[in-house]
Amino acid sequence: MPALGLVGWARWIWRQLTSMKTALWLLVLLAIAAVPGSLVPQRTADPNGVLQYFKNNPDGARVLDSLQAFDVYTSVWFSAIYLLLFISLVGCVIPRTRHHWIALRAAPPLTPRRLSRMPVHEAHEVDVQDSGPVRAELVEEGMRLLRRSRYRVVTYPEPGDPTGASQSVSAERGYLRETGNLLFHVALVGILATIAIGGGYGYIGQRVVVEGQTFVNTRAAYDSFTPGRFFDNSMLDPYSLTLEKFSVQYEVQNPKALGMATDYTARVSVRDQGSSQGHTSSIKVNEPLSVGGTEVYLLGNGYAPEITVKDPTGKVVFSDTIPFLPQDANLTSLGVVKVPDGLKSQVGMIGFFYPTQAVAANGAFYSAYPDLVTPLVTFNVYTGDLGLDSGAPKSVYTLDTSSMTQVTGRGTGIDSLQLTPGQTVQLPNGLGSVELTGIKRFASFQVAHDPTQGFVFGFAIVILVGLALALFVPRRRLWVRINTSKTGRLVLEYAGLARGDDPGLAAAVTDLAQRHRSRFTNRD
Amino acid sequence: MTTSFAALSLVALYSAMAVYAIAFVAFAIDLARRSVPAATVPAEHIPVLVVAGGTSTHEAPGRTDSGPLNETTPTTRAHSRASRVAFALTVLAWLLHLGAAVLRAVAGGRVPWANMFEFSLTGSLLIVGVYLLVNLWVDLRFLGTFVIGLMLILLGVATVGFYVDVVPLPPALQSAWLVIHVFVALLATAFFALSFAASSLQLVQVRRESKPTPAVGRFARMLTTIPDAQSLDVIAYRITIVGFALWTFTLMAGSIWAERAWGRYWGWDVKEVWTFIIWVIYAAYIHAKATRGWQGNRAAWLAIIGFSAVLFNFGIVNVFFTGLHSYSGL
Repeated sequence: MPALGLVGWARWIWRQLTSMKTALWLLVLLAIAAVPGSLVPQRTADPNGVLQYFKNNPDGARVLDSLQAFDVYTSVWFSAIYLLLFISLVGCVIPRTRHHWIALRAAPPLTPRRLSRMPVHEAHEVDVQDSGPVRAELVEEGMRLLRRSRYRVVTYPEPGDPTGASQSVSAERGYLRETGNLLFHVALVGILATIAIGGGYGYIGQRVVVEGQTFVNTRAAYDSFTPGRFFDNSMLDPYSLTLEKFSVQYEVQNPKALGMATDYTARVSVRDQGSSQGHTSSIKVNEPLSVGGTEVYLLGNGYAPEITVKDPTGKVVFSDTIPFLPQDANLTSLGVVKVPDGLKSQVGMIGFFYPTQAVAANGAFYSAYPDLVTPLVTFNVYTGDLGLDSGAPKSVYTLDTSSMTQVTGRGTGIDSLQLTPGQTVQLPNGLGSVELTGIKRFASFQVAHDPTQGFVFGFAIVILVGLALALFVPRRRLWVRINTSKTGRLVLEYAGLARGDDPGLAAAVTDLAQRHRSRFTNRD
Repeated sequence: MTTSFAALSLVALYSAMAVYAIAFVAFAIDLARRSVPAATVPAEHIPVLVVAGGTSTHEAPGRTDSGPLNETTPTTRAHSRASRVAFALTVLAWLLHLGAAVLRAVAGGRVPWANMFEFSLTGSLLIVGVYLLVNLWVDLRFLGTFVIGLMLILLGVATVGFYVDVVPLPPALQSAWLVIHVFVALLATAFFALSFAASSLQLVQVRRESKPTPAVGRFARMLTTIPDAQSLDVIAYRITIVGFALWTFTLMAGSIWAERAWGRYWGWDVKEVWTFIIWVIYAAYIHAKATRGWQGNRAAWLAIIGFSAVLFNFGIVNVFFTGLHSYSGL
């Protein structure tokens, strides 16, 4: 076996990588590698699903996590496949571009010696004696017809005729097929490069806003925030956005869909940085708001009861609107109230909110309708340590009861607190009182800034156009030759060759033959 | 009002299914007749287009770089009476089916593709529609049993398993992209279904043709009356590339819609993942057609795997996976 040497090996590897066979295997691998991401929850698409997975099956989750199964699309193995695929693609596109560049400026090829060997071939003897002028006219007519059908046309002297007077016509069309093919692949690389580089300059954040509250576009104001790699806080345009009103329309006619929400509208007032005058606008699902270089999307909504807690002397120690997270279609919602200061011990309450409270046969409460008809909040009260002093971040939507004691609800001998709007009830053990002051709605917004979106869109258009050209523009060669039969009459030969799939080749040859001859016969 | 139109739609659909069922039997009879020696076939010989362009009177058979088409493809036989009846019944059933979709649209006051039942209703309508349309261009009557059989299964599952009452659109679906994105996705699926059928038959024909001695028996004789492997290869390719172009558009339109509705154009949601997987499989199919060692059988397998992924994406992902595309209505 001959030693290849370093350069030889490098060349061999490059040639293997850029071969179509390798690209094909990489495509198949890419499709297979994408599957696990749909079977296992992904951190980017479904972070709660990942947490749940860890809770349900900690050992399995750890194994999967070590294989990056929760981050499939940024994993080493998935990235390796698509990067190799793209290297292979570039290695294929560069030489093809060079070839195509040459072909674009080249004349159609020499007329084959034996046209009858071509995939499509017709020969017609016509009742006209061969002569120089007739031949010239036929060549001229063939060229004209082919040019009009947008062929690139050239004539070649016939090898049998030393005078060079008799000529054959050679024509080619469909150069756009390869142009489209190359554009398609280059645009794919373009999209990948745009996402790789440009993705770092964007950001995406979520924020829950209760009616009447104002959100200012600063990093601290977000509930969650995912910056790109090159993000810095100065990229945030600090506009402010106030949720004036959140309205929901429910289906009331159709008995099969009573209570189904048919419209969500968030009325907001927006104030740009530096301007004192705000303007109002609305945000709907499918209709985001453009402001300060960002798009603001309406992703979710729910109820936010207003809770006021007083100490036994009647002094207000806590007052806030608490967003409750919807648990079902009728908006039974779950929320947590944490009262760290002002009472004789820290108090935490886990609450359920029922916009239209109803009682099931077993005595359990549920919500029968998503709008506010007979709203009710129930609370299970806990006392003890809320765990807020440890410094570790705690979710506002969960209560860590590990160092707390339950004082109302099941097993305590004291019923859960029940509150309708405006009602006040006493906390157990003389802690104080709780009032449901009112009920508001909240909207959860997503704010996104992606400076590269336009480029990706542009490349997508190129991909679509390139693909259409590459798949549907036929690349074909046609030839016309004028021969003489033994009796001295003219024999017209037509032939065609497709390069790539070409459903219309035979029809094109027939059509050319017919029109070429019909001109000829109509002449007299 | 709404309910009565929806009920009428169901009546039309059940009638369509009944007529499809008769058409299915007629197509099956036609296939069975094909296995009878040719002498018993009625003598009126109607030449049949095998592929577009076959009308020419040229001397040499039409051959292309990508795959020659045998001029001698043995479909130059008469359409049996059964096949003509089957075809006419299919057209009739399709019109009833179309009526069912239109009535459903009237009942809902919107496009009839916003939940699993309606996806199945309109998707299957498009499969038969595309099948009838392609028949104007190339004779695919031999696929009748397959297409109508698939239809009956789809509609059966849809009416029994997926039926939901007409309800208003949730805010997330109130977008012009529902009309465009979902319709084109269903249309692409119709082309992929035909490509699957042609590719499956191609594998059968390859097996038959690769035998050293011509097989005898009724099944083998039936196979001689349908296009050979080479022709099926070309037919499958031409159908698939249309599906692929439509699927590419589906993916892009979906991205644009996702950006409007969810604030990002791509987020690896399960449905997005499977749309991507399907796209990659068919991309591989198209490359396979130009790669030595992959043409023929392997390419045909990719078309079959591709359509299996389409069915999985439709039947399993829509119904059983949780993600942002949870609009099955079930």
